Amino acid sequence: MVTVAESYFFENEEVGPGETPVKRRRKKYRIWRLVVLVIAGLYFLAPLYAGFRFALQNDSGKFSFWAFSSLPSEQGFSAAFFLSMRLAIFTALVELILMVPTAIFVHLRLPKLRPVMDFVTILPIVVPPIVLIVGVLGSAPLFLKESPYLLSIFYVVLAMPFVYRSLDAGLSAIDLRTLVEASRSLGGSWIRTLWSVIMPNLRAALLSATALTLALVFGEYTMANLDGWTTMPVWIAQFQQSDAHVTLAASMALLVGTWLLLSLIVAADRSQSRRRSRKAGTR
Amino acid sequence: MAPFFIYTGVGLGVPIVYILRNAFLTFQGKFTFSNLDLLVHGIYLKGFENSLLLSAITSIIPGILGVFLAYAIVTSNSAVLKRMVATASAVLANFGGINLTFIFIAALGEGTGVITVLLNHIGLNPWNHGFDLYNFYGVAFVYFYFQLPLMVLVITPALGGLRQSWREAAQNMGASNWRYWRHVGIPVLMPSILGGVLLLFGSSFAAYATAQTLTLGTVTLSPIQIGDTVSGNAIAGEANIGFAIALGMLIVLSITMIFYGLARRRASKWLR
Repeated sequence: MVTVAESYFFENEEVGPGETPVKRRRKKYRIWRLVVLVIAGLYFLAPLYAGFRFALQNDSGKFSFWAFSSLPSEQGFSAAFFLSMRLAIFTALVELILMVPTAIFVHLRLPKLRPVMDFVTILPIVVPPIVLIVGVLGSAPLFLKESPYLLSIFYVVLAMPFVYRSLDAGLSAIDLRTLVEASRSLGGSWIRTLWSVIMPNLRAALLSATALTLALVFGEYTMANLDGWTTMPVWIAQFQQSDAHVTLAASMALLVGTWLLLSLIVAADRSQSRRRSRKAGTR
Repeated sequence: MAPFFIYTGVGLGVPIVYILRNAFLTFQGKFTFSNLDLLVHGIYLKGFENSLLLSAITSIIPGILGVFLAYAIVTSNSAVLKRMVATASAVLANFGGINLTFIFIAALGEGTGVITVLLNHIGLNPWNHGFDLYNFYGVAFVYFYFQLPLMVLVITPALGGLRQSWREAAQNMGASNWRYWRHVGIPVLMPSILGGVLLLFGSSFAAYATAQTLTLGTVTLSPIQIGDTVSGNAIAGEANIGFAIALGMLIVLSITMIFYGLARRRASKWLR
């Protein structure tokens, strides 16, 4: 989604010749546009500003880094953080092991299946976390219900649409068939082809898929809360009763982390779309 | 291929089948329509209506505003602005959940909110003018914050697809700016706008975390009622109502996504 949107942001830069009757209207439009952008900017920045300002206050309202610096030592914080970390790593690993070979196989051998894949991978959007968890808690076997990794199993499903799209875009940007044939004819095994030929060419897509998965796991509240595991977001919501400033500090830290991860994706997507336009250009 | 289909089949199929089955069973496991009957009466019907209303408000208003905002950005000549907005929309559109709750409490909370205090200084404390962050309309207000960027993301490719030559053709035939939009621009964009609004509708309808943490579960919405049954707050004898609500939500979301698919197909006709 990001890739497509991005490319269009830059495509429409036709500046018409400055005809005089149009000019006045253009000026009026320019002012109108400025007003829209300023209002939107204020609307989006004001709550963020408030969040940071609130997080950087102590209980008497003075400026202080206290809420941030006391965060690691708050009751339950590190347990929640490491639980989220473990779930995120496990989810990302399972996700990649499952989706990378699948996406490559579809591109290489079963391109006809691509519409089916598009459909299957959009299904998780129809089944939101709040609905999924009801079915999961009822149907999961007991040994899984006792483990936090039950969440990971379903985070893999939730992340799938984003991850598949990202890999699909990455694979469309390279000449997969030629790469594979070259490697195979030089005697490379399948594993070796995958590891040292395809994967390096998919770096950007893999990076953005991983970042999306991590962001999703670190932000997911609904399923974790209803399954009774205190992950990062659940801890933040619970700690609200104890100290509002610390809650905000944790929330802002999580936000900045997510922001960095997702900016990484946008950057990766950009390098990928540059590459795609290069590929298109050589043909 | 097989591992993927098995994983998806089990990961999505098993919970969905379980929901479908239990929506028609009593807690003791006997077949019944009483869960669905509960769903279309009283408090659960109210929750469903509220959810639909909330989704309508938070898809149509940001849907329309998002078109204007995206147009303002697409027609700007500043590459820096475009790049910033592209990143910010991608981030903000994914920015649901609990963070949103807490920055809005910090901003507009009663008494201590940073913006509340600021507005109070100039005598415009929103809380004194009927504003409440912790009710239905507060939730709707907060949802705008991620819905608007989502609309910008979805509609920008469509706006980029409006060709300069169409406008020139219309002008050559003497069309005013208004007539260009009335007969060319808006009809071409309409499927994309509708598609975007449907996507926003689904995203509001499915959201739980923000509404739950902001109102501490006091607002009557279907997702929150499901959450209550999971955490064991269901009334005795209504233990399986959660499955019926979940079934209802699945139906609404499926219909939404089918129409979204149709709108997308129609939209792609013009945007090549």
